[in-house]
Amino acid sequence: MTDTATHTTGEKARIGAPSISGFTEEGENLSPMNEAASPIGGAASKAHSHGGGAGIPDSSRAGRLTSYNVDDFPVLTGREEDFRFTPLKRMGGLHKNELVGVAPELVVTDANVSTLETVAMTDARVGSAGTPEDRISANAWKHAAEAKVVTIPANSTGEQVTLTYTGTSTEAAASHLVLIAEANSESVVVIDHVGSAVLAQNIEIDVREGAKLTVISLQAWDEHAIHAASHLAKVGKAAHLKHIAVTYGGDLVRLTPSAHFEGEGGEVELFGLYFADAGQHLEHRLFVDHATENCKSNVLYKGALQGKDAHTVWVGDVLIRKEAKGTNSYEANRNLVLTEGARADSVPNLEIETGLIDGAGHASTTGRFDDEHLFYLMSRGIDEKTARRLVVRGFLNEIVQQIRVPEIEERLAETIERELAATDS
Amino acid sequence: MSTLEIKDLHVSIETEQGDKEILKGVSLTIKTGETHAIMGPNGSGKSTLASTIAGHPRYKVTSGTITLDGEDVLAMSVDERARAGLFLAMQYPVEVPGVSMTNFLRTAKTAIDGTAPKLRTWTKDVKTAMEALKIDAEFASRNVNEGFSGGEKKRVEILQLELFKPKFAILDETDSGLDVDALKVVSEGVNRAQDENEMGTLLITHYTRILRYIKPDFVHVFVDGKIAEQGGAELADRLEDEGYDRFQNVPA
Repeated sequence: MTDTATHTTGEKARIGAPSISGFTEEGENLSPMNEAASPIGGAASKAHSHGGGAGIPDSSRAGRLTSYNVDDFPVLTGREEDFRFTPLKRMGGLHKNELVGVAPELVVTDANVSTLETVAMTDARVGSAGTPEDRISANAWKHAAEAKVVTIPANSTGEQVTLTYTGTSTEAAASHLVLIAEANSESVVVIDHVGSAVLAQNIEIDVREGAKLTVISLQAWDEHAIHAASHLAKVGKAAHLKHIAVTYGGDLVRLTPSAHFEGEGGEVELFGLYFADAGQHLEHRLFVDHATENCKSNVLYKGALQGKDAHTVWVGDVLIRKEAKGTNSYEANRNLVLTEGARADSVPNLEIETGLIDGAGHASTTGRFDDEHLFYLMSRGIDEKTARRLVVRGFLNEIVQQIRVPEIEERLAETIERELAATDS
Repeated sequence: MSTLEIKDLHVSIETEQGDKEILKGVSLTIKTGETHAIMGPNGSGKSTLASTIAGHPRYKVTSGTITLDGEDVLAMSVDERARAGLFLAMQYPVEVPGVSMTNFLRTAKTAIDGTAPKLRTWTKDVKTAMEALKIDAEFASRNVNEGFSGGEKKRVEILQLELFKPKFAILDETDSGLDVDALKVVSEGVNRAQDENEMGTLLITHYTRILRYIKPDFVHVFVDGKIAEQGGAELADRLEDEGYDRFQNVPA
């Protein structure tokens, strides 16, 4: 029992009703603890203190440094708030070395109306949707030799394109992608990562006014891969981004999707599914930045873990800024620990700077599948293998059914089967 | 007509101080259509008997036999026992994360019958059974036992009993934690299953009140891992008046 980190908040810790004490029309009355003078994170979080403006507490996501220049970020020690769960020793040098290895090759399939260009990092579109939010991302920015730009033309509908990154090298490399969904387009983009790689990657996602974009990013690497990816999304007026992260391959994967609203009426859905085996470290840290009025975000990540030292980390930062009136936001993370020796860390962070919101809530649960569950199901005639499958499939299905791309749903079903077969042996 | 036969059953559990014998030679024969009540004070081994029949790994059979129509139950795995026709309504049904009631019921029914139930009739059967047990339709889409109250969990156990149609049902303190209304609803469910499914019932209880709704043919009093006295329904009435004291005060 003790090896399972459990963070449980109320099933629906909904905030937003103006009648809640501690809230005023102007927003939450910050407790003295939250004042800038006394950072919650202690000395370690001081590393970020130069990034924040006056009056922004160190612990606030609003105070987090962003920069294109890797040297602006202090050298990582592993004690930083956003790296405290990440085993830097296993990062393959992505956070400190020159990233001059051969980057995984990108192949685009099923493109119908979308275009692929290879451009210099000085192209105006590079950096148009995002700025690195941590040192690895900035290091990748510095070392990317070129950028790929995939554009879905304005007003097009029904595009479903697959971008496959195939890695063949274990030398630390950098890669950059800009994904642009032009105004009022509707499309699905699958980004698949396979093979072996030690990769720091930036993916900018520019969802322009009225566009509807679904991004499905699969981290399906071979077992020794190391992958740190920043997905930096800018969501325009009345635009809709559905982002689904699926991670089960690699030795260490650290994925940091962040979404920034640029206009009113934007909507973001961030879904994630991860399955960690013995020894794997799978980390997802996401950030939803509500900086404009009347935007909506919904976050749900679900993970299954099995085997010795399988470790997953989920951190969900949601920031509702003072100007983001009418925000509606909910985030949840659910983990299912299948065997002894696995560890799930789950940290939802919700910061609200205005009381004038529709709603905001968060939840986190970590449950175990243990011998008593097994006994119960088996006492109803269900054999052991079926019982395990039933539980894991049922648990992950909520995310799988969000994908709506049959080939990928099928592939995931097979993957789950294979992962479970590994438990049986 | 089926027979569940327990002969001279000795069962131990592992404790930090070594193995501890809980059942010290229990013999009992139940036939289709019969209802046997096992009564006794706390810690007398009633629930151990129930869990042992179902095959819970915690309980170690050191000697004795359990057979179902001559087949060796102890040689069967937990799921094989269920498929052979044994059903344990648990005292503390566990919450199973990730599995909806609908999915669970259909998977179990398929496992027990060996073929998937016809979807249309199955859905109707589930709905009817739920209504009879006054279980809200909304429960079908919830995860197994997750967030159910104690009473709701017990109803769902009996729902399974009615749907799976076992040869023998073992009810492990199904009555505990139920209010009078729920007790009545649950008892009616057991009686229906008994009437319609040709079932034998082993009813384990601490209290006599459930016996007002489910009439036992035989009453066995468990004390210290053994059957101390047996009789008909009248023995239960006597226990109601006298309690278990007279058994416990007998020097060992």
